[in-house]
Amino acid sequence: MALLDINNLNVTFNTNDGQVHAVNGIDLSLERGETLGIVGESGSGKSQLAFSIMGLLAKNGRADGSISFDGQEILNAPLKTLNRIRAEHIAMIFQDPMTSLNPYMRVSDQMAEVLMLHHGLSKSAAVAESVRMLDAVRIPDAKGRARLYPHEFSGGMRQRVMIAMALLCKPDVLIADEPTTALDVTVQAQIMKLLADLQAEFGMAMMLITHDLGVVAGSCERVVVMYGGRVREEGGTDAIFVDPTHPYTKGLLAAIPRVDQKGDKLSAIPGSPPNMSNPPPGCAFEPRCDFAFDLCSLKRPALTPFASGRTRACHAEIDVVRAGPTHHTDLPMEAAADEMGQMDIGDPDEHITEGLTVGPATAGTPQELPDDKR
Amino acid sequence: MFGFILRRIGVAIPTLLLLIVASFLLMHMAPGGPFTQERALPPQVLANINAKYGLDQPVLVQLWNYLSGVIFHFDFGPSFEYPDRTVNQVIAAGFPVTLTYGLISFLFAVLVGCALGTAAAIRHNSWLDYLAVGISIGAQVLPNFVMAPILVLLFTFTLGWLPGGGWSWSDPSFWIMPVIALSTSYMASIARITRASMLEVLSSNHIRTARAKGLPERKVILRHALKPALLPVISYLGPAFVSMITGSVVIDMYFSTGGIGKSFVDSALNRDYAVMMGVTILIGALTILFSLVVDILYAWIDPKIRY
Repeated sequence: MALLDINNLNVTFNTNDGQVHAVNGIDLSLERGETLGIVGESGSGKSQLAFSIMGLLAKNGRADGSISFDGQEILNAPLKTLNRIRAEHIAMIFQDPMTSLNPYMRVSDQMAEVLMLHHGLSKSAAVAESVRMLDAVRIPDAKGRARLYPHEFSGGMRQRVMIAMALLCKPDVLIADEPTTALDVTVQAQIMKLLADLQAEFGMAMMLITHDLGVVAGSCERVVVMYGGRVREEGGTDAIFVDPTHPYTKGLLAAIPRVDQKGDKLSAIPGSPPNMSNPPPGCAFEPRCDFAFDLCSLKRPALTPFASGRTRACHAEIDVVRAGPTHHTDLPMEAAADEMGQMDIGDPDEHITEGLTVGPATAGTPQELPDDKR
Repeated sequence: MFGFILRRIGVAIPTLLLLIVASFLLMHMAPGGPFTQERALPPQVLANINAKYGLDQPVLVQLWNYLSGVIFHFDFGPSFEYPDRTVNQVIAAGFPVTLTYGLISFLFAVLVGCALGTAAAIRHNSWLDYLAVGISIGAQVLPNFVMAPILVLLFTFTLGWLPGGGWSWSDPSFWIMPVIALSTSYMASIARITRASMLEVLSSNHIRTARAKGLPERKVILRHALKPALLPVISYLGPAFVSMITGSVVIDMYFSTGGIGKSFVDSALNRDYAVMMGVTILIGALTILFSLVVDILYAWIDPKIRY
């Protein structure tokens, strides 16, 4: 049995514009010690997936289906049950370290309360343990810094504090929701390396949620690609990068700037994500898809396995997608950056390492790849 | 922090001086004087009285005499209306009453307002929320000069529970209606401010983090949400306290509590220059003191503010 088992998860929000269907029937599982990447554009439902696991959906959100942790149902569980699991067994790192820490409390107090709550430590023991954890996430002069307030830390340092806080109880699962999106590129690399090291050290499972395929390539064993609140493709990281079988995955990969093809054009998937308050009856990706045909706008493709450990949800034949070109739009650099909104491009030269088995199409954190992937 | 307090006191002194000079001059520019009466006094008598109180001298000389009395002897002069009492005595008689029911009203408004606002925010869109919003809107549109007669009608005439006016230091039942009449609208404002800011704080990212830690909701609110939610309330407290003290005018008139507010109104009507100046300076000093207290509270709550 998997450590975390998600079955037919649906998340809907009641808004003034009607019901928004953020997550639609997702099945996922996470094994002990595994690293799973969840990739998709903003609005694909990946963060809401994470919040449903933690029981942290916004008040107007409703989730149904099933999420079981270690055999125990935790979806819509009573707050008492959830509070025993939060931080102690499943911890979460949030996207924005600038606002996710309490600005009115000393870092040591914010961290210590977790241990005092879950492990019943005394205040001084909890602070001492917190300082050890700050040390473990490589914050220099941890003892002195613990007494500071969050605003006295830089963004990268705050994210380290968040990570240290999440790891205090040595959780079984760490959910990292875009842990590096708000940080600048060099700091991103450091944080991803830190997460990988800590994961190896503590042996926890990690669910890494990101829109940055480069981050996934560097750290995940398995990848789930999400679009319109549904899983589109799933498989081992190498397999997905080398042999994408869904048009959306192909588009995402093509949208990563490549340095081996010099030029001033960036490619983007044309169009924009679907309006989830009124989801189309067919495939949500159909309006943006190069391989779409009549059936696609009528019937939703089911997620079907096609090789060991791999599934896809697409009406188009695998070989057609594999062989077909991606007719993405080529945009001048600035326009492409606008189009993609939150895609962090930075300086492409910084992103490239030679001899990646996952192909050259990798932006992100190559210097942080584990040795076996080099 | 200590340096900040010293600096603020350093600024407070010239502010207060400016206030004294401005109100002194304004007061003397107003037509009439303390001894202008319906039936005019014989000119010689008037000249004599004016000479006794120094009113025959140029305004600037009068100002200097007044200032030097205040600064060097803490003497605010004799009352023009009641020659046997000094201003210090008038204030000493009325101010403790005003301060007592003012402070009680203030604490009542803050405690009940914050509690009501917080409860409404936690139970957002529930009957409790609607009730709290309803109460605070109702209480806010009810001015104290309307509130006071309604209270008297209800508690004195109909129910006969409370005395309809007057003041007794030994019997707190005299304090109840002044406190309710004075505090209700402030309580309502504080409840509204607390509710709005608590709602905003509860949806902020660091509260999500606190919940992700597995903290029970009570701790999330008391330890993580209350402090930031109270910041806007605190900045409202300074002006609220002062306007409560000045608002006590109505209470004093209505309930005959004998507080400072009555002296203030009477002195203005009678051109009792000295009493009027004394009360103005007192309220000015309180205003300055309270904004200092608010700034200190702010720095204590928000670590980003350092003076």
